[in-house]
Amino acid sequence: MLTELSLNILDVANNSIRAGASLIIIEVAIHNDEDTLTIKIIDNGHGMTKEQLTQVEDPFFTTRSTRDVGLGIPFLKQAAKITGGCFTIESIPNEHTSVYASFCLSHIDRMPLGDLSSTIYSLVMANPKIDFSFVFQCDDKEFTLDTRRFREILGDVPFNTPTVSEFIRDYLIENYNETTGGYSF
Amino acid sequence: MKSLEELKAIRESMQAQMGLRGEDSNQTRIVVGMATCGIASGARPVLTTLANTVLEKGLSNIMVTQTGCIGLCQYEPIVEVIEPGKDKVTYVKMTPEKALEVIDQHIIRGQIVKKYTISEEIE
Repeated sequence: MLTELSLNILDVANNSIRAGASLIIIEVAIHNDEDTLTIKIIDNGHGMTKEQLTQVEDPFFTTRSTRDVGLGIPFLKQAAKITGGCFTIESIPNEHTSVYASFCLSHIDRMPLGDLSSTIYSLVMANPKIDFSFVFQCDDKEFTLDTRRFREILGDVPFNTPTVSEFIRDYLIENYNETTGGYSF
Repeated sequence: MKSLEELKAIRESMQAQMGLRGEDSNQTRIVVGMATCGIASGARPVLTTLANTVLEKGLSNIMVTQTGCIGLCQYEPIVEVIEPGKDKVTYVKMTPEKALEVIDQHIIRGQIVKKYTISEEIE
């Protein structure tokens, strides 16, 4: 069981990594006035055929050979549905895959968002060859971490250079906390 | 809000430094399993602890990276240490605390922490 929405996001992003994506877009938006929390994950990996798409929400379907069950997508779908939210997944082979989940923000069964900064930090640091565009919005505030922009500035300096990885970590934590106003969703 | 101006300043201060590390064949890789099974068992704090500790201790030539499911879900979180020219060491049922021990004993001192390896777990 994944106990935070941020862990579900990490899990879905790992499907994108396995699909050979070079760019993964993660957007999380909270709107208090509409009482919604939405998650979008879009990648440019090898995608899925129509047939695979119909099977992906089935826990006993997986493309991997190392085990027989695939719980990631069913977990996220269930987490959205129990709050009265919705879940969709679309894909065009060799083009993109988009996963979209929406939640009723105030629903008693909505899983906490959890440590989203850690999710993004671990993705960025452990996958230096993949670009991530992360947009986090909370009502009228938002911030972006786009590794393509970071690379432009850094040139040949890698992300795992100590001062750079420290900056990435602090950039995520500080900007996330300022965007939420310190509130835990 | 932290801005990218700060990152530009970091970049400029490094202009003079030579020999920045990219990936190379002499690098030791620490690989964390990050499929659903790993994440559900607590792989994320293990990965962030490893990345932060490598950073704080200034360990050079160590790359913390991730992989998918290797089919040993019951032993997750799994961490593999791959040193050039040596056999791969597989640590199982990891926690942030055990990860710190692996950095101190194995990565820094070169002593495999046998009690956390998969062969000990199976016996």
